[in-house]
Amino acid sequence: MTIFRTENITKKFGGLVAVSNLNINIEKGQIIGLIGPNGAGKTTAFNMITGVYKPTEGNVFFGDEKITGLKPHKITKVGIARTFQNIRLFNELSVLDNVLIANHMRLKSNVFSSVLRTPDYVKKEKVIKEKSINLLKELGLEDVKEEKSFSLPYGKQRRLEIARALATDPQLLLLDEPAAGMNPQESHELMVFIHDIRDKFDLTILLIEHHMKVIMGVCESIYVLDYGVTIAKGTPNEMQNNSKVIEAYLGVE
Amino acid sequence: MKRNNLLNIIAIIVFIAILFILNMTLDAYKLRIFNLAGIYVILGLGLNLVNGFTGLFSLGHAGFMAIGAYTGALLTMSPEMKEMTFFLEPITPILANIQVPFPVALIAAGVIAGAFGALIGAPVLRLKDDYLAIATLGFSEIIRIILTNTQNITNGALGIKGIPGYTNIWWVWGIALITVIFMVLLIKSSYGKVFKAIREDEIAAEAMGVNLFKHKMMSFVIGCALAGIGGALLGSLIGAINPLLFRFLFTFNVLLIVVLGGMGSITGTVLSAVVVTVMIEYLRVLDIDMNLGFIRIPGIPGLRMVVFSLILLMVILFYQRGIMGTNEITWEKIFGLKNRISNLITRRKAS
Ligand SMILES: Nc1ncnc2c1ncn2[C@@H]1O[C@H](COP(=O)(O)OP(=O)(O)O)[C@@H](O)[C@H]1O
Ligand SMILES: [Mg+2]
Repeated sequence: MTIFRTENITKKFGGLVAVSNLNINIEKGQIIGLIGPNGAGKTTAFNMITGVYKPTEGNVFFGDEKITGLKPHKITKVGIARTFQNIRLFNELSVLDNVLIANHMRLKSNVFSSVLRTPDYVKKEKVIKEKSINLLKELGLEDVKEEKSFSLPYGKQRRLEIARALATDPQLLLLDEPAAGMNPQESHELMVFIHDIRDKFDLTILLIEHHMKVIMGVCESIYVLDYGVTIAKGTPNEMQNNSKVIEAYLGVE
Repeated sequence: MKRNNLLNIIAIIVFIAILFILNMTLDAYKLRIFNLAGIYVILGLGLNLVNGFTGLFSLGHAGFMAIGAYTGALLTMSPEMKEMTFFLEPITPILANIQVPFPVALIAAGVIAGAFGALIGAPVLRLKDDYLAIATLGFSEIIRIILTNTQNITNGALGIKGIPGYTNIWWVWGIALITVIFMVLLIKSSYGKVFKAIREDEIAAEAMGVNLFKHKMMSFVIGCALAGIGGALLGSLIGAINPLLFRFLFTFNVLLIVVLGGMGSITGTVLSAVVVTVMIEYLRVLDIDMNLGFIRIPGIPGLRMVVFSLILLMVILFYQRGIMGTNEITWEKIFGLKNRISNLITRRKAS
């Protein structure tokens, strides 16, 4: 069953075509990779999907629903969550608060009942708090839940960003270079972790990665971008032997 | 949790007892300064919600204070008083005979200032950072110009005199106390967390499903409403208002209190409002001649503001994020401090 697809999405920044006619098709439960050298347009593709940018052309579909150009908070609400290439945590806030905020949109309590702490609000707050603490437990962040998020080591910050995205109850999770800045060992562990959360949270995942090797083991299928153009797509093995892909990568590495 | 609730209730009772004592012992002049401090608490908390907690750089507070002050004045003055005040051009018949009790006028001041906040917020809250600051500043000045030019509503540049002096220690500090409690509950709530998230990272907040515009608007309107209530209390305290009173300088004063206390700290704003208001008054001695018995130091008008600015500079130099930063004084910290001190003492004794 197709859960998500883009139809010829294109983004132009003035004369620069950052992404050109990108067609992604994702089946429920898949882990799909989006790779390419720096500046290939991967993050721009994410930004179009999540409503940060409106595509210059083309459409984005989630299930049967057309979600092109919806505001980012609406996209999150329909069930697409993301992380950022440059970690964007709420630095001054505690780890737990970072996750709690992701629940606000589904809280369904107005400002009056929240301030007056009506029994209904207190009950909802308790449920959310329990849910958040459980989530932190599952991701191994429970022991640092009261710490300010900026004080966490890098790896845990990455994991918290994923926890926060999961807290929005997504069906589709977009991860923008989650392994950036990690050594091969850490990257490998992260990929195992991503595989695990896919199963545990019943997710579909679209994963950006800069290095092809890192996602070889986890992705069922890979799209390769270069200068905004989709130069190839297929299984990791097919990609490894694809001359265009090798060429694109040789150009930078 | 339970312990803190109890402590809070005790603290409130002690605070009310202190108000009683101050009300009986302070002379009229000192009482007035103390009440001014309370009004600054209300104004400061409103501005801190917007600038400190939500991270919106707004400089329009004085405009909303003005709206509140005029609303409060026009709703509490007697028809005769209004007739006397509006001698150049009579007041519009709609307003001529309205007179409501003070609390109703205060609520109206908050509501109308909040409504103007929503009106102005709709276009300007889409802007960011410096642009937002400039736009809010501009709108605040526009409010002032409108007040100057609507002779039959505001009495124009002449201003309004003879505003009934209902403001007293109970009104001011009662509302200040309610404002503090409201702020604590708001910031503790899910909405408060969202405001802070917007301050920390708008893009991430939006990706977490936060409707930016709605929540910025909420914070801004509450801030404006508090400015309006503070303005109405101020008008009733000083008895006379005019458009010049609500220049940018006023916003600056409130901003200063908020920055000194710590952007994003409720207790910081309360402390800072009291300290700054009292200090500015006490530094007045610098402006007048000082007689030390054997020597006479001539007063230099304006010296107190120089000294005050120097103190301000020092604080900002050493505490870049204000005295409290984004921290709060909590019971836990007070007890923590007590324990640390007693530990220190026992260790001293042991060695
Ligand atoms: N907001 C923007 N304005 C102008 N150019 C942009 C903007 N965002 C990205 N670009 C350009 O689009 C291209 C693709 O960028 P990006 O999507 O970040 O690449 P990747 O994530 O694959 O490294 C780059 O050339 C980049 O400079
Ligand atoms: Mg990128």
